[in-house]
Amino acid sequence: MIVGNRKEFGEILEKLGSRRRVLVLGCNECVTVCGVGGEREVGVLASELRLFWQKEGETFEVKEHTLERQCDYEYIDSIRPFAGDYDVILSMACGAGVQYVAEAYKPQLVIPAVNTTFLGVTLEQGVWSERCQGCGNCILDMTGGICPIARCAKSLLNGPCGGSSGGKCEIDKDTDCAWQLIIDRLTESGQMERYEEIQPVRDWRSGRDGGPRRRVREDLKL
Amino acid sequence: MSYPSNVKVVKIPCTGRVDVLLILRAFESGVDGVYVAGCMEGECHFLRGNIRARRRVEYAKRLLDEVGLGGGRVEMFNMSASEGQRFAQCAQEMTERVRSLGPSPVRKGKGVLP
Amino acid sequence: MAERPGRRSPQAGEGGLEAVKTNSRIEKLLGQGVFVVTSECGPPRGADAEVVRKKGELLRGAVDGVNVTDNQTSVVRMSSLSACVILKGMGLEPILQMVCRDRNRIALQSDLLGAAALGINNVLCLSGDHQKFGDHPQAKNVYDIDSIQLIQTVCRMRDEGKFLGGEEIKGKPALYVGAAENPFADPFEIRAARLGKKMKAGCEFIQTQCIYNLDRFRRWMEMVCERGLHEKCAVLAGVTPFKTAGMANYMKKNVPGMDVPDEMIARMKGVPKEQQAEEGVKICVETIQQLREIPGVRGIHIMAIEWEAKVPEIVKAAGLYPRPETE
Repeated sequence: MIVGNRKEFGEILEKLGSRRRVLVLGCNECVTVCGVGGEREVGVLASELRLFWQKEGETFEVKEHTLERQCDYEYIDSIRPFAGDYDVILSMACGAGVQYVAEAYKPQLVIPAVNTTFLGVTLEQGVWSERCQGCGNCILDMTGGICPIARCAKSLLNGPCGGSSGGKCEIDKDTDCAWQLIIDRLTESGQMERYEEIQPVRDWRSGRDGGPRRRVREDLKL
Repeated sequence: MSYPSNVKVVKIPCTGRVDVLLILRAFESGVDGVYVAGCMEGECHFLRGNIRARRRVEYAKRLLDEVGLGGGRVEMFNMSASEGQRFAQCAQEMTERVRSLGPSPVRKGKGVLP
Repeated sequence: MAERPGRRSPQAGEGGLEAVKTNSRIEKLLGQGVFVVTSECGPPRGADAEVVRKKGELLRGAVDGVNVTDNQTSVVRMSSLSACVILKGMGLEPILQMVCRDRNRIALQSDLLGAAALGINNVLCLSGDHQKFGDHPQAKNVYDIDSIQLIQTVCRMRDEGKFLGGEEIKGKPALYVGAAENPFADPFEIRAARLGKKMKAGCEFIQTQCIYNLDRFRRWMEMVCERGLHEKCAVLAGVTPFKTAGMANYMKKNVPGMDVPDEMIARMKGVPKEQQAEEGVKICVETIQQLREIPGVRGIHIMAIEWEAKVPEIVKAAGLYPRPETE
């Protein structure tokens, strides 16, 4: 799923400025699973705003609403009857959702409450870890199912580098060395001959470097 | 056993039922402090409910600091179900603490648009 | 190929050696079976060429080649290429270090052409320390290609006369290509395999991380020789003299991938402070003498960062002075 972190309360207040009629908009998918922008987190942020403004003696109105997701127009459109009643929509979705809501309700101000970070998995409840960077050309079969682009700090395709120590990356003692993991996995599955092959230079065009991407399926269009 | 009259008791089957939102909404309604009284760690009938409650109380403290109410207004206490004395003692302790912190700067009904 | 590896590489003309491809002094000497000596020079954090000249002057005559580091530990310094040109102008033999962290394949190939045009004969291909260690941790990192792919790139440009994109190069860069290897980094089991990969990519010489644990290094050299890697790829063993007991201790405790035996720490601590530098040099010279005896080792690489003045002394004490003339 897409994972993010909620912005600091102070930063959200700063972005809201003097606006006091706020629609806090959550999303029931990725950001719910990683506990950053679902119905509960919408409740917490809304409550925090109310507590803060009540304490300051301000007048305000904070509405809570959670959509199934913010990356499909039909769901976003469902709030059209009341969205315009608010000065600002504070979206707790990932960056894609925030942008889509902004596009649907322009020129109404839409502010992100979440910093979208990575594509990842749930290691255990409460812990999520990065796994994919959307490079557009998946070679996971070559590396025992472990991605060197997303999980190696240097995205080496012929790793490890000289900084691998005790199975950890040189940048952080809590970060696994992706290439140690790959070598262990290739060894376990009897595929070490793959390690001996030199991975040639990569064509990065399939990734972000080639420019913003788009996908079309003609057979699915109405 | 007697405990201060300003303490309102809300009964729940296990402190694991306590959600961060319950705590925040209590403060929205105008209370000056909230404390969660759970079983001794290791003795939870539902195994780890009280441990989860403690984590949530810690999180609530941070949120209350963020909004400027102060994390001291929420607390977690552990006690055995039969320890009436301890219950009264915690009620007393929390009451004194909240008194010294002063009334919550949030007052029910103030500043909310119709 | 099957017989036990000898102590010295075969003389030029004997079986197993390629014809000399570049004007590199190091390539020439290795081809002649000479035990090569290289050292290192870190460019300054400013635009003062005099700093580079001073360091070069300290090393003159004592070494066969001088590495010039490339924004080492991600700290911005005068570029490696420009410092190489300064040293070349003094009559020294520079080795251009190139990291993959800061430049994409377009810039790297461009610099390789530039280096060759300016008479630089050697390039060392490295991944580069992560930018988090340096003075600009906020920077975007590049890592368009990795060190092994960079080795392939240099060889392709030199031997096939083609850019990575496949287009023809008019004026092929003649560069002798090397890489670094750390015999003490994890995972230990694949370090020889990794060297094999570098060799397969076309690497002709490697410099190792500085060695203190000779037993462990011997084991690594055995793995290397077992695969026959030492024949086509010259191993230059790295050494660094301790300045103080504190330095030895720091390296043991704080530098990942560094293996310093306790006996060496004890030796350094065992002498009074004023004599520690001398002891450090002594240990270094002894290490060099032992390294010369290890099969497959064809030279040494002395890394005396900010202590370049000691290099000639070390080279002399190790019996490696004067360096041979080349025509």
